Amino acid sequence: MAGRGEGTNSGGIVPALEGVLAQMKAFRLRPKQQEMLIKVAALLLIYVLAFATRLFSVLRYESVIHEFDPYFNYRTTLYLTEKGFYEFWNWFDYESWYPVGRIIGGTLYPGLMVTAALLYWFLRALSFAVHIKDVCVLTAPFFASNTTIVAYFFGKELRDSGTGLIAAAFIAICPGYISRSVAGSYDNEGVAIFALLLTFYLFVKAVNTGSLAWSVASAFGYFYMVSAWGGYIFIINLIPIYVLVLLVTGRYSRRLYIAYNTLYILGMLLAMQIRFVGFQHVQSGEHMAAMGIFFLMQVFYFAEWVRAQLGDPKLFKAFLKFTVIGAGSLGVLALGLGLATGYISPWTGRFYSLLDPTYAKINIPIIASVSEHQPTAWSSFMFDFHILLILFPAGLYFCFKQLSDAIIFILCYGLTSLYFAGVMVRLILVATPAVCLIGAIAVSATLKNLAKLLREKKPAAVASTTKTTGKKKAAAKSGYDQLLPFQKEGAAILLLGCLYLLVQYVVHCTWVTSEAYSSPSIVLAARQSNGERVIFDDFREAYYWLRHNTPTDAKVASWWDYGYQITAMANRTVIVDNNTWNNTHIATVGRAMSSYEDESYQIFKSLDVDYVLVVFGGVTGYSSDDINKFLWMVRIGGGVFPVIKEADYLNNGEYRIDKEAAPKMLQCLMYKLCYYRFGELSTEYGKPPGWDRARGTEIGNKHFGLEYYEEAFTTSNWIVRIYKVKPLDNRWS
Amino acid sequence: MASSSMRRSLLAASFVLILFFVSSASAAAPANLVISKVDRKIDLVSQVVRTTAQIKVENKGMEPASEVLLAVSSEQAKSMAYLRVTTTEGRGKSKAPGVVLSVKPAEGEGPANVTFFSVELPKPLGKGEAVALDIYSAYSHLLKPFPVEIGQSDVQLVLFHDSAYYLSPYPVKVQTTAMRVPSFRVESFTKVEPSKITDGEIKYGPYENIPALTYSPITAHFENNEPFAVVKDLEREIEISHWGNIYITEKYRLTHAGARHKGGFSRFDYQSKPSASGAASFRHLLARLPSRAHSVYYRDEIGNISTSHLRSDLRKTELELEPRYPLFGGWQVTFTIGYGVPLQDFVFKAEDGRRFLNITFGSPFVNVVVENLVVKVVLPEGSTETTALIPFHAEQTLKTKYTYLDTVGRTVIELTKKNVIPEHNVNFQVYYRFNSIALLAEPLLLVAGFFAFFAACIAYTHFDFSISKSSSSYQARQLREEVLDAVQRIQKVMNERAVASEKLEASLRDLARTGNVAASKAARKETDVKLKETAKDLKAILDSLPASSRSTVLAKVDTLMQKEREMQEKLQQKHTITVEAYEKKLSSKEIDSRVAPYQQKLTALKQEVSELLNLLDD
Repeated sequence: MAGRGEGTNSGGIVPALEGVLAQMKAFRLRPKQQEMLIKVAALLLIYVLAFATRLFSVLRYESVIHEFDPYFNYRTTLYLTEKGFYEFWNWFDYESWYPVGRIIGGTLYPGLMVTAALLYWFLRALSFAVHIKDVCVLTAPFFASNTTIVAYFFGKELRDSGTGLIAAAFIAICPGYISRSVAGSYDNEGVAIFALLLTFYLFVKAVNTGSLAWSVASAFGYFYMVSAWGGYIFIINLIPIYVLVLLVTGRYSRRLYIAYNTLYILGMLLAMQIRFVGFQHVQSGEHMAAMGIFFLMQVFYFAEWVRAQLGDPKLFKAFLKFTVIGAGSLGVLALGLGLATGYISPWTGRFYSLLDPTYAKINIPIIASVSEHQPTAWSSFMFDFHILLILFPAGLYFCFKQLSDAIIFILCYGLTSLYFAGVMVRLILVATPAVCLIGAIAVSATLKNLAKLLREKKPAAVASTTKTTGKKKAAAKSGYDQLLPFQKEGAAILLLGCLYLLVQYVVHCTWVTSEAYSSPSIVLAARQSNGERVIFDDFREAYYWLRHNTPTDAKVASWWDYGYQITAMANRTVIVDNNTWNNTHIATVGRAMSSYEDESYQIFKSLDVDYVLVVFGGVTGYSSDDINKFLWMVRIGGGVFPVIKEADYLNNGEYRIDKEAAPKMLQCLMYKLCYYRFGELSTEYGKPPGWDRARGTEIGNKHFGLEYYEEAFTTSNWIVRIYKVKPLDNRWS
Repeated sequence: MASSSMRRSLLAASFVLILFFVSSASAAAPANLVISKVDRKIDLVSQVVRTTAQIKVENKGMEPASEVLLAVSSEQAKSMAYLRVTTTEGRGKSKAPGVVLSVKPAEGEGPANVTFFSVELPKPLGKGEAVALDIYSAYSHLLKPFPVEIGQSDVQLVLFHDSAYYLSPYPVKVQTTAMRVPSFRVESFTKVEPSKITDGEIKYGPYENIPALTYSPITAHFENNEPFAVVKDLEREIEISHWGNIYITEKYRLTHAGARHKGGFSRFDYQSKPSASGAASFRHLLARLPSRAHSVYYRDEIGNISTSHLRSDLRKTELELEPRYPLFGGWQVTFTIGYGVPLQDFVFKAEDGRRFLNITFGSPFVNVVVENLVVKVVLPEGSTETTALIPFHAEQTLKTKYTYLDTVGRTVIELTKKNVIPEHNVNFQVYYRFNSIALLAEPLLLVAGFFAFFAACIAYTHFDFSISKSSSSYQARQLREEVLDAVQRIQKVMNERAVASEKLEASLRDLARTGNVAASKAARKETDVKLKETAKDLKAILDSLPASSRSTVLAKVDTLMQKEREMQEKLQQKHTITVEAYEKKLSSKEIDSRVAPYQQKLTALKQEVSELLNLLDD
């Protein structure tokens, strides 16, 4: 009895379980829905990840604007939100480039500021009482997140949605992009990369569909890009190159015609609304390629039409010869005429230096003096791309395997941008999306192939169990029965290898982000010997002192690097700043810094300077200080004023500050302002007083006084030193 | 040289003043009151001058006196920040805590440069009666630095002017004055015999029988390196959140109001000779926060300031902060501190059902003078019947503030007071009525917002926004959707059929275990009925499929249905055979061998059907 009872019991449980299972099965989503769910979930996670990984700097330090240029952007955004767009657009800033001033509205790309202000106003309208500073700090991460979405759609357009997902994941954490878009790095690039990729995506979409709507959308994307960053030049040159490649390879189509012409005409008209760009689209040499291609397109279209009309290949060939030669010579003539009359300006130095890396070093020291304009080292490619560097060629292989209009575009984009990335460090940023996309193609294709190999075995296994029904049938059914030995195992191992690489990529990116790219550079952190973290907040100390303890109309002279920070944080007028538009003005400051004290006094008095600010790292070992930048001041100053000769500051071609240094070096203003009373200070145990820790030497000239300047303030770690320019002597003394 | 000549001129001026006072004194004093004894102590240790005068007033007249007049020189009255008069009951050590008396400005007969206050006595003073009063007053900005500008290595010297005699509209019989100075270094002080200096204290008196309103100017010149930390403007914002916290934000504009800094600032001297350099400057400030303060921050316009320390134990929380740079005379700095405190520590229920906030008025910093204090109490949204109760005079205005998710705005009570010293750091109350339901307004707003967003999304996906309904792409999309719909319905029916056939199989398994043939047959019947019904449904769906798309979809559906039917048939056959076998009571092995071919076909068919179903998805 008992046994039977048990039996019926279990009999009751099993069907119940089965019923639950059946229900679960019925509830299970269909593959399409599952795919959708996974895709959306993955994209959402990537979106959040892209934002979150850029917050290291906020967690490590604080919600603060980073570096130099972002301070200008922040200041202008503040102005925009406080005074409105009209005032902003017509702003004449007398606080910088004293006594010349700067027309802000006409000399900046307003896209970033307007974007942040719109976000701010939007949040305010939703009654979120956020501060504009926090909006600015988080603008770049927000746009990085948006870029991942664009990358997804771009990848989908290139190949499939798997590629899109991988591209989105790659670009979300790629250090090359993160370097310019961490929280706080409120710079044009933050939104520009989004705009760049969006424009490219929309254009590729337009080429693929031939739809006017997509073309117009891409024109607006281009407009946004123009309003945000000077790098739009890249778009307006890359797209013509791409179109030319398509024309040469015989891929001309109506779709291309519609896409390009709409983008060019509409984009050009829109871009002219930005005052800083103005008529450059028709007047500057850098934009001529786009115009040439535009006319070429018309010729092509015309020739096509004529061919359809003529119907006779011979006649057409003659006609073609005639038109091509005619149009070509007309174009060359127009270009030559434009250049000769000065209507079309020739290429600028910056553009030249892109094509020829050695150009800037010889001709424009001010461009060469910026560290981010240097040619890229191999290590920084590895640092910024990691496995993508290996995946890039692999991706190229897969690209060439199945060429399409879209794939050709990404090829053009990838190859040109990689060249530019090699020329200038900062242009790694532009190459990053292309490298991520091509890398994603490689990964996606590899994973797909491997997964197919893994799955193939399943039906084969089923077939082997159904041997009884007859081998012939099974063999006939599956054509891929001739399996390689250990195919499944091999595929699994390769898959694991891929996974390992990808994990390594994630680890590397996170490490780089947290260690290298999340420092605001306005606050310096160092580790003491006991492992404790010390913070050098000297910059803000000095700027805040200036802000509150000097007359509100005081003019501060410093090297141009600190100009934006001084105007934004100290709220004082500066002589030169990071907008290096007036080389002579900068050279004047450079000349004053490299002159003797009395000469420099003359120069500074003529510029109405009240305070001189220098950055000095001798106490803390901060190496990017003014002494290390000094040779650039000499070069730039000497470039305009030949009295300043670089050789005077070098001892046998060697730049040094110890006893062996050149006499002029030891007597020039920069040396004196940096090392004033430093000779009495002991910086390191076991070293003589006056030991410069940044350069690891004892300084050559220790005891000297200042005649025309007075130490007004020195920060707690001596990083910033501010001197007051003494008033002119009374006549009778 | 300079200082001695100045002293001489001061002395000369003081003689003139004495003459002036003496000549007018006789007319001013009410004759009936006499002060029998004055004990005056002047504390000059910090930047705030605090005087305590213990006086004993006697009524010598005939009529009872209900008020006592106090006289303060107008110069001092201007910088007077605090005045409190208490009576002292009892004598000596058995002194009971005094009763605070009300003081108001009064018109007295006397010279123009004397300001009078009248003290209301608790009971009128009868003939021959005496009352002892404690007069406590505090003055800011009374110590004048001299020299006015000092260099980095100098110490700060200050001047203090007062009268050797207690200024009073009544004659004073006996009086003494003691001034406590912060250091032994006293440059000079005016001598009015008998006067002497001992142990950092300058003593004047005892003087006897001084007529009313006698003023004998004295000057003390001494070293005072105490931080002259003066907050020019302080804005305290106290925001009450009934979710459990009070957030306090304080914006400071701090200055060093001592002797102005002259010449440059040498960091080298400041670092290497800390004792001899910048004696009068200060770099630390100490704030005593409420004991359970949390989330403390310290920042300014350009970011966080890392030089601060927070110490907290059960009884107190102390915040020691350094401004970005040391403050020398005349230097300024601004900063903001903020912290949160638990709601239940400061907000209570009043008897009339309202709530009230009970919190300190002034700045939490020790030894600072606030020139302009604005206290804003931000009440939660929906508060009504607000009143503020402050133990001293302060201007009150009502404002509205909008912050996170506010709709109607929050009521803000703004209290403004000038010249605030640590003595003003007493509690004040703000009463308001607030319904706890109003707490939910903001979460509900968020919920409504999200709901609206999702509703909009749903609406967007379900409505048709196309403009041209006749275009080919639109129709193609429409068609595709119809087909998709049909396919989904087919899949649903197929699922039903699959469930039915599974039941049949389950019954077969039961049969194998229990041998209950009847039950199995019943199941078979049920399944048959079900299959027939669903077959009809399928047909209906197929018919409803739009004609144009049939060719492509139909082929797929047809193969699917065919295979499926085949599968069902096989299953039925299997069932029949099994049931028959059981009826014939065959051995299990035999049954297996009979069923096996069907079983194999069945599994193969099942595989195919599921593959086809997946195919249909695409």
